[in-house]
Amino acid sequence: MNTELAGKEYPPTEPYLVGREKIREFAGAVQASNPVHFNVDAATAAGYDDLVAPPTFTIVVQQRGLDQLLADDSAGIELHRVVHGDQRFNIVRPILAGDELTVKFRVATVRPLGGNAMVSTEADILDAAGVLVATSYATLVVGGDE
Amino acid sequence: MTFELTEGELIAERDVHFTRDSLVRYAGASGDFNSIHYRDDIAEQVGLPGVLAHGMLTMGAAVQPVIDHFGDPSRIVDYRVRFTRPVVVDAEAGADLHVAATAAKDLGDGTWRIDLQVTVDGRAVLAKAQVVVSVA
Repeated sequence: MNTELAGKEYPPTEPYLVGREKIREFAGAVQASNPVHFNVDAATAAGYDDLVAPPTFTIVVQQRGLDQLLADDSAGIELHRVVHGDQRFNIVRPILAGDELTVKFRVATVRPLGGNAMVSTEADILDAAGVLVATSYATLVVGGDE
Repeated sequence: MTFELTEGELIAERDVHFTRDSLVRYAGASGDFNSIHYRDDIAEQVGLPGVLAHGMLTMGAAVQPVIDHFGDPSRIVDYRVRFTRPVVVDAEAGADLHVAATAAKDLGDGTWRIDLQVTVDGRAVLAKAQVVVSVA
């Protein structure tokens, strides 16, 4: 893949509107049981404006940023050669139903490793007011050409 | 509510079971439709030992015992993992994971680092799985 990609920033994505049913579906899939993910009354009783997304729901929004990289012909990355190496979320506040989130995605570093490339990416998740909600850091191991 | 923790204290433990249904459900919920998570033939073609759980499913499920212990998902302020060993999900038997969460370090400012040990058949599938939790 193209190692000159380090430092590349992509334009902010179109807003992602977080829906209640999506939160319920995701929380069920990760085997969450806290009622603030499922029950609006429980969420408001706990002091939230609406349903609360599980911490790793951030990946659903971050994916919109990653899609920009995968669609970037100058990057030369094929999805079936990509393995998720590590993942970190730094969370400023939980994502809530009703949030409209945009992603500012960038490639931090590209390091060759054997025939592969270790691609470190960073994604800022911003709310409708432009305030930071979370930052997601992912390292992708991109396999070389066969 | 403030939590008093002791370094090295086991705060939560849980057995987690994944089936192929779990993977299809997570694919739909997350939008990650990589076919190595539901097709044996494709998994074999790319040299994998079988259909694998999404790393993010393992990461998402492994933090649940911590959330349940502290009672509120917004106490999680940072969460990281390294994916070190694939979780193979058999079509019939599924996969059994064991999660153990230990209080590792008082980071000051009312936060603690909780370390997760996530194993399948006694072997770790995640490394450096660390959750920073607001305990104040």
